[in-house]
Amino acid sequence: MSTNLVLLAVWMFVATYPSRALGLLTPGLDRLPRVALDYLQLVGPAVLAAIAAVNVVVFKDAAGKPTFHIGIEWVAVLACLAITRWRHNLFPGLIAAVIIVAGARALGVA
Amino acid sequence: MSVIVFAGAAQFAAVGYVASGLAWPGVILLTALLNARHLLYSAALRPWLRDVPLGRRAIMAHLLTDEAFALTIAHYRRIGRTDERGFWIAAIGSTFIPWNLASLAGVVLGGQIVDPARFGIDIIFPAAMVGLAAGMLTGRREVVAAIVGAGVGVVAGLLTSPAVGIVAGGVIGPAAGLLVAAPSAHRAPASGSLRPGATSMPSLRATAVEDELADGSSDPRPPS
Repeated sequence: MSTNLVLLAVWMFVATYPSRALGLLTPGLDRLPRVALDYLQLVGPAVLAAIAAVNVVVFKDAAGKPTFHIGIEWVAVLACLAITRWRHNLFPGLIAAVIIVAGARALGVA
Repeated sequence: MSVIVFAGAAQFAAVGYVASGLAWPGVILLTALLNARHLLYSAALRPWLRDVPLGRRAIMAHLLTDEAFALTIAHYRRIGRTDERGFWIAAIGSTFIPWNLASLAGVVLGGQIVDPARFGIDIIFPAAMVGLAAGMLTGRREVVAAIVGAGVGVVAGLLTSPAVGIVAGGVIGPAAGLLVAAPSAHRAPASGSLRPGATSMPSLRATAVEDELADGSSDPRPPS
């Protein structure tokens, strides 16, 4: 089993722990500028949406060049989004996305 | 990684970053950005946990996740007082142990799945990301940030690389969201300070989870 990513995990811990600890361990959060707090509040949805979009839209071709991709993955991700918002639960959205993609591939339409 | 980092979205994302050849500094930067929302969680819990000894709060910080925050804040609001044991149950019993057991199962059994794409397993990652984002869309600002983040991410990803696209979307999306006027209910107090005894902490109502779980409650205050 490869352990060469353990160091990366340690660095990721170093990157994540301060944001978790700052509010709990220091009284200084109330001194952050208002706009900084607002910005931080918006980072989550923006980053996660960017990750999702890039993963279903931007594919690399054989030469490693990014290309625009249209496929069943769009439908699956949008279905997951709709079901998660509807049910307030991520799990059924994930199941639906998997079924859509697996079904489309089994039928040869994706 | 599940023990040391213990951040689901960041771990999922890191797999994608590493697979796409992103250098470690980029992975670390994106991890920090992706987990920046925890700053809001810890600040929101601070009034409830301020009497907990520093050492235990330091451990609590490592165990603070979306799920632990949602369960804990809902529990405290429901009972109207601090219950330290409730945090440990939420953070360890319902999140840390299951997450690490599932990670171990994935390591041991995942390789036996010959072609994950055949079963649609490859869609779980982007679907999980958009699903987690959906839970954070509590207002127009969040929606704009998500849409702009996704759009910028795709455009920048096509022009450069997917990894750069994600960074660009994650940085520019929130900036675009700030251009939308904040709803009055979410405006901060004039001083911008956190008041432990306040009825609500508008600037720190970080997630839809908290808002949704708080519905129907008597909105108890943190202990003053």
